[in-house]
Amino acid sequence: MPPRPNIKNGSSFSPTKPKKGTLKRLLNLLFTQNKALLIVIAVCLIIGAVTGVASSIFLKNIIKTLEKAINLINNEGYSAENAFNVIWSSILTILIIMCVVYGVSVVCYFTYTRLGAVLTQKFLHQIRTGVFNKMQSLPIRYFDTHKTGDIMSIYTNDTDALRQLVSQSIPSLLGSLVSVITLLIIMFMNSIWLSLVIFGGIVAMFMVTKKIGGNSAKYFMRKQMSLGAEEGFIEEMIQGTKVVKVFCHEEKSKQDFDEKNDRLCSDSTKANTFANILMPIMGNIGNILYVFVAFVGGLLVVLGAKNLTITGLHSETVVGFLAIIMAFLPISKQFTSNIAQSSQQINSVVMGLAGASRVFALLDEKSEDDDGYVTLVNCYIDENGNITETTDRTNKWAWKHPHKADGTITYTELKGDIRMFDVDFGYLPDKIVLHNVTLYAKPGQKVAFVGATGAGKTTITNLINRFYDIADGKIRYDGININKIKKADLRRSLGIVLQDTNLFTGTVMDNIRYGRLDATDEECIEAAKLAYADDFITRLPNGYNTMLTADGANLSQGQRQLLSIARAAVKNAPVMILDEATSSIDTRTEALVQKGTDRLMEGRTVFVIAHRLSTVQNSNVIMVLENGNIIERGDHNELIEKKGQYYQLYTGAFELE
Amino acid sequence: MIKEKNGTKLSLSSQIKIVSKSIREYKKPSILAPIFVMMEVVLEVLIPWIMTLLLAKINEISTSGSGNLLLEIVKYGLLLILVATLSLFFGILSGKFCAKAGSGFAKNLRKDLFYKIQDFSFSNIDKFSSSSLVTRMTTDVTNVEMAYMMLIRVAIRAPFMLISALIMAFLINSTMALIFLVTIPILGFGLGFVIYRALPFFKKIFPKYDALNESVEENIRGMRVVKSYVREDYEMQKFNVASSNVKNDFTKAEKIVAFNTPLMNFTVYLALILIFGIGSVLIVKNNEAVLKITELQSFMTYSFQILMSLMMFSMIMVMLIISIEGIKRISEVLTEESSIVSPANAVTEVKNGEIEFNNVSFKYSKNAEKFALDNINLKINSGETVGIIGATGSSKTTLVQLIPRLYDTTDGEVKVSGVNVKEYDLNTLRNDVAMVLQKNVLFSGTVRENMKWGNPNATDEEIQQALLSSQIGNVSLDKVIEQGGVNVSGGQKQRLCIARALLKKPKILILDDSTSAVDTKTDSLIRKAFKNYLPLTTKIIIAQRIASVSESDKIIIMDHGTITAIGTHEELMKTNEIYQELYYSQNKEAEKENM
Repeated sequence: MPPRPNIKNGSSFSPTKPKKGTLKRLLNLLFTQNKALLIVIAVCLIIGAVTGVASSIFLKNIIKTLEKAINLINNEGYSAENAFNVIWSSILTILIIMCVVYGVSVVCYFTYTRLGAVLTQKFLHQIRTGVFNKMQSLPIRYFDTHKTGDIMSIYTNDTDALRQLVSQSIPSLLGSLVSVITLLIIMFMNSIWLSLVIFGGIVAMFMVTKKIGGNSAKYFMRKQMSLGAEEGFIEEMIQGTKVVKVFCHEEKSKQDFDEKNDRLCSDSTKANTFANILMPIMGNIGNILYVFVAFVGGLLVVLGAKNLTITGLHSETVVGFLAIIMAFLPISKQFTSNIAQSSQQINSVVMGLAGASRVFALLDEKSEDDDGYVTLVNCYIDENGNITETTDRTNKWAWKHPHKADGTITYTELKGDIRMFDVDFGYLPDKIVLHNVTLYAKPGQKVAFVGATGAGKTTITNLINRFYDIADGKIRYDGININKIKKADLRRSLGIVLQDTNLFTGTVMDNIRYGRLDATDEECIEAAKLAYADDFITRLPNGYNTMLTADGANLSQGQRQLLSIARAAVKNAPVMILDEATSSIDTRTEALVQKGTDRLMEGRTVFVIAHRLSTVQNSNVIMVLENGNIIERGDHNELIEKKGQYYQLYTGAFELE
Repeated sequence: MIKEKNGTKLSLSSQIKIVSKSIREYKKPSILAPIFVMMEVVLEVLIPWIMTLLLAKINEISTSGSGNLLLEIVKYGLLLILVATLSLFFGILSGKFCAKAGSGFAKNLRKDLFYKIQDFSFSNIDKFSSSSLVTRMTTDVTNVEMAYMMLIRVAIRAPFMLISALIMAFLINSTMALIFLVTIPILGFGLGFVIYRALPFFKKIFPKYDALNESVEENIRGMRVVKSYVREDYEMQKFNVASSNVKNDFTKAEKIVAFNTPLMNFTVYLALILIFGIGSVLIVKNNEAVLKITELQSFMTYSFQILMSLMMFSMIMVMLIISIEGIKRISEVLTEESSIVSPANAVTEVKNGEIEFNNVSFKYSKNAEKFALDNINLKINSGETVGIIGATGSSKTTLVQLIPRLYDTTDGEVKVSGVNVKEYDLNTLRNDVAMVLQKNVLFSGTVRENMKWGNPNATDEEIQQALLSSQIGNVSLDKVIEQGGVNVSGGQKQRLCIARALLKKPKILILDDSTSAVDTKTDSLIRKAFKNYLPLTTKIIIAQRIASVSESDKIIIMDHGTITAIGTHEELMKTNEIYQELYYSQNKEAEKENM
């Protein structure tokens, strides 16, 4: 099957040079994971390649036998019939040997291609899942610093390039190598003179390959670059077509496009020219070589020279020489076609190795580390406050805290008490964005963060769920340092509705159930009602069974937010973080949603981030952030009375009078 | 995604016709490439035959001892080298012209698509969705380009080679050539069967494979959600199952394709055994009268050439079949007619910013049951500031998009300065009706370059002034914005987009929820700046916040595609319940104070 170019997702298709050692690592990976399969394939491939080039030997022997027969007729007076009878048994022997050898060859080829298909797909599956699994373990920081398109390109372009490499280039190169070696041996056994002629041809081919192949690779890279540039431009302009139209920018963008498109065309013409002429050049060097073999062979016959093989000098009859020449003709063809085929693989190998190095780069990324050992368990709490661990679903949770020093285990009830002490943090070590943040969020409290974009509101919540680790200070959760809590358990105890809603392909019900996989349909619907999402969901064509695709593209932003609130509601966590969760919902609906979530969150800790002050007004504590500092704190009334920043913001919205 | 256009489907041949219109100036190389390929093939096929003659000469002269062997060898050798060199020459030429034709065709295709899309109306774009348009311009064009290059070179070469080699074989010895009449059908049918069996598999798998990749993309974008819900293991499991399904399907299909190589080997070997066997009989029994020993090797070469061409041909068929999908998708775009174009004798001046809606109704598609806008009547005087407020989905955006004629009304008319928008030249109208879209986009390039979208001739001072008015004066004009504006915050992006629109100095300025990410204080400063910057411009502001519209001359309240009330803040506070409710939901404190 031909490879499908799969260039999507705005990936910047950067043709980087493969790192050293990539091939070794790739082969190692292939080998260690599929030893038996690989050995069978390699053996079949080698046998196939060796038997494949045996034809010339058969041809030589057949010709020698036939010459003998002709000699019998012409010089010994045999009738054609008699001569035929004399040699027929030897011919038959050769034919039978051919049948056997070719039979083995076909079986080997069959086994190798079939198992090769299995191996390739298995390997690609291994790579895909390996990359995906690794990706799941990477810290959020990785996704901050890598574009989605670039990561996607590993799954699409790089995996495709790898497939090409593993399924075609490597076997083809290996097969060619084996064929070439076998041919060399056959050649030297037959005639060293003629072998030298072919050698000369090979040197010429190598030089051409190096020159043209090198140029081809160079122009190919250049073509990929301008292709990447062009596709980036196309993507940007098409995504922004509506803006283009509003600004009547059509003519200008056509101009810009033409410029990029012309460059791509010229680069692509060059790259394709080199790729296209490589084969005719190789093929015709082969043809010329073919001529030289006949020429030199003929000369040897004319001069009556002795044949030189690795076993020494031999006198050959004209007929014997002719047989050798005739055997050498297909050998020279096979030789050149093997080398030509290998040279065709240059671009694929370069691409495949570059792809492999990007795959390995991702696999070598450092996983999110987690030294936490405090876990979250279900428990019973008796009237004296004694906690017993259980595997039952009790809706009561406790932190299980093993103490290494004395081997004891203590249990702390999960309440949702979160405190930060003098926390500093920076996304980059030298650029601190949060300074000395100290805050107490007691169980049942609603804590709000307000402030301008970039003030550090979202950052604070990112520290609580440990998407990032603090630079200095301490965060305690129910009195436990959150660094001691296992990340998975920490996050399990937090319900988060993020600023960017992300929905997944699947039904509406599936998307709500994402919050808690064992939630029943009723529980999901209940959560949707709480989030005030039930109303619009029931009006969808298939209600809760409506399929959502492409991140819920068929829903409005407000509806998507309602769904993600429902998703968090079904999780039913003791601590809830709402990060601009209702920013696209009109204020009337928001008030209804709030009623629902307030009921849900009764007795639990809630963090709210919002631009709209109406969203945060009823919070117990409002923190006003500016440039990473908490500059004011208090409830709404206190802050209004203070007449500080909050008051400014608040009255800024109401300047009617 | 794409609904059938007018219910009629284009036939494959007319699709190909439409797409091949883009060949244009590359017709010459497109014809030269196959011609040179044919010449290359003819010469290539001659080589084994000349070789046979040479070998026969060597044999004849050396056995009979008469004649100048050296001379003959030099003669034939030079002839062979000449033929090979010519073949090389033609091969290079065909490769060159083929590259030129293929790249050029792809260039024209992309150009035609891009130009077409630039002229699309909003409803055309909605119909295709932008990501599908991107795929058509990239992946599909690349596939068609590859298929085209194959078509004009290899697809010509393979059958021509087959026929030429077969003819040569028959010329040398027709009995022996019959062998090919046995082996060609075996391989031909075998390959055909493999394609026939495998193709449906691939057609099924490719969408599955694409779906797998789409799910990965979704996962990457939603990584924070995945991690928040501790769903890493769940996602891994899900992916593992999906990936292993794809693996199994691919393996099944590839296993069928894996028959190709052994099948090819089998027929080549069969041909060789038959050539050697039958050849031996023919040679010996007729004492070389019918077939010469030296001719054996030429049959060997021809058998390779013939069967290889068959093999190539089958590969090309698959490529061509795959590219059909791309051709179909490209021709869909190329045949799409833009639904909004400037009229003949268009009005080229917008006199003022007066807007009028007369009995306007609108649906997004003909088949839609509900009207998105239902019988709207509205008059906005030039220079007024108008606020529009209403719940999500109440068609606020739809209403304003009719003013710069981004969509055409289904019923009724929209007038700007007393002239129906359909009578304006589109550029004139849109240059004077600036709109800041809800889903806004900045383009990669400097801030200055982005601002010049509003006015290509704007000086740095003018740009600075516009930036100041939209409260983002502290940004360097040389700051580079990355694709999609990912390196500026939401609020900054909105303000930059407003500045860009201000630079147009339009007669009408529409802000579609354009300050939602801007804090209230800045929001109010921006609105204040409008008054100074564009005093005569009609301003329409769609907003969620009451504060953003409360000081407008008119406030329009929309609900389910209709206007339910129009009035000033004071009027609406007295008469309109929705407005009151909105007001109080946004400010409970104010409620108390007012009472």
